[in-house]
Amino acid sequence: MASLLHQIQHQSVTIPAALPLDSGQSLPSVTIAWQSYGALDADKSNAVLICHALTGDQYVASDHPATGKPGWWARMVGPGKPIDTDRFHVICANVLGSCMGSSGPATPDAATGAPLGMAFPVITITDMVRAQAMLLDHLGIERLHAVIGGSMGGMQTLAWAASYPERLRSAVVIASAARHSAQNIAFHEVGRQAIMADPDWQGGQYYGSARAPTKGLAVARMAAHITYLSEEGLTEKFGRRLQARDIKSFGFDADFQIESYLRHQGLAFTDRFDANAYLYITRAMDYFDLAEPHDGRLAGAFANAKDVRFTLVSFDTDWLYPTAESRRIVQALHSVGAAASFVELSAPFGHDSFLLDVPALDRIMAGALGAGW
Amino acid sequence: MSALRPDLRIIADAIPAGVRALDIGCGDGALMAELRAEKRIDARGLEIDAAAIEAAMAQGLSVVQGDANRDLADYPDDAFDYAILSQTLQTTERPDRVVGELLRIAPRAFVSFPNFAHWRVRLSLLWTGRMPVTRLLPVAWYETPNIHHVTVRDFRELLREKGIRVEGAWYLSGDKPTSDAAASWRAEHAIFLIARG
Repeated sequence: MASLLHQIQHQSVTIPAALPLDSGQSLPSVTIAWQSYGALDADKSNAVLICHALTGDQYVASDHPATGKPGWWARMVGPGKPIDTDRFHVICANVLGSCMGSSGPATPDAATGAPLGMAFPVITITDMVRAQAMLLDHLGIERLHAVIGGSMGGMQTLAWAASYPERLRSAVVIASAARHSAQNIAFHEVGRQAIMADPDWQGGQYYGSARAPTKGLAVARMAAHITYLSEEGLTEKFGRRLQARDIKSFGFDADFQIESYLRHQGLAFTDRFDANAYLYITRAMDYFDLAEPHDGRLAGAFANAKDVRFTLVSFDTDWLYPTAESRRIVQALHSVGAAASFVELSAPFGHDSFLLDVPALDRIMAGALGAGW
Repeated sequence: MSALRPDLRIIADAIPAGVRALDIGCGDGALMAELRAEKRIDARGLEIDAAAIEAAMAQGLSVVQGDANRDLADYPDDAFDYAILSQTLQTTERPDRVVGELLRIAPRAFVSFPNFAHWRVRLSLLWTGRMPVTRLLPVAWYETPNIHHVTVRDFRELLREKGIRVEGAWYLSGDKPTSDAAASWRAEHAIFLIARG
């Protein structure tokens, strides 16, 4: 399916300037695919950048071109919605390293024309943000009203505040963290190993072949999907109920509803995501530690961000990026004197709560964007 | 805006414009909103109740979820010009330490609390021999959040022991001001402006 995925046409721009990367390498030019919603003011002061999560994309409020499903945050973004496109010009760009039109492992090598595969350089969250800044430069947008993101989008938002504090007024960070924990890295490594152990992965050069590592990618998605849900939510939704049968099969079919659900989630994912992109983006998240360049002091990352208004939200059932991580960020913001808001919301959906129906989050979002002064 | 609680009204009127302020136990941000509107103060808040914080954040106020017993330690020395602790002192585990924290975070602090030596409280205890349940302290002893009842004299004594200066004091009986001289028994509410000695 990966080949079909790469045939989709996206709105994009290729910026003919080098993008220096944290690894020391650089990309000679960078292609960024993006979507925008709502009109940009004449003085270009109402732009809001939404940063998407690991497997997200720029189609935040429009139908996904591969699956036809509504945008991943359509409930949050649109006319009259908390991120109100009648007021704001909302931009969402596909992250560097991904597979929805921005530069990534499927990008052709300039010399040979063949997809780069594993020759694409390893990138970081800060590299993603650097690419977004290049897009904004291209669009002539100097300063953002807000940068908003959940999960990996929240990491980019934090990196925005650290790298370009003068370019944003507000930062909204939902269900996120300032670093990947050992547990976070561990789950990602399981996913990567599942992909690379699939013989169809072929060292990452599967693009031209008839085989793609869909089995490995599906297993990676299954493992990750568990981390997005809460135990309570799983128990409520599936319990120990059996799938389309009255008795256990005494075999290895998907006896349980949860097995069937995960298999479906894994398989459906391979229709809309590229295995190599999954490797690169999970790596970028694992490398993320905003305090690292500041001798482990997170406050150092925010030294110049004291004029940015931060809003942080965690969820009580999110064990992937738990409340303690948001509190650590709040402490760092206190020590630089930045305006910070933080609340742990109660929601049953685990990490995925940021994408789902949590009315309190809608009100907080509107407040974070609206009542500026 | 005019419906601001009387002790908060006094603080809102007394605090200078444009200062940096932290409102501890800020609730839904009523005082912070008033300070923003009237005094150009970009106040910060600390509150434990998620629903109250959500209401404050919905107005675009900067409120952090936390516990005055524990989380004041996260604020650096002199992070603010004024700390505000209204109707919260008597709910803390160690009010003496909280007062110390207020004056570490800011050189000055407003502290307001219900006066447990108000005559209604005195009479109620005298006549019934039971923990008073009054208009200001409406909850039974076993479920009240007020675990450290304090009187005007107790508070003044604490300040004296810690070498803390009093720069202002306001007393309320009902919603009306009452005099200094009779405050010990006539004040239902006391509001102090304190400063490092």
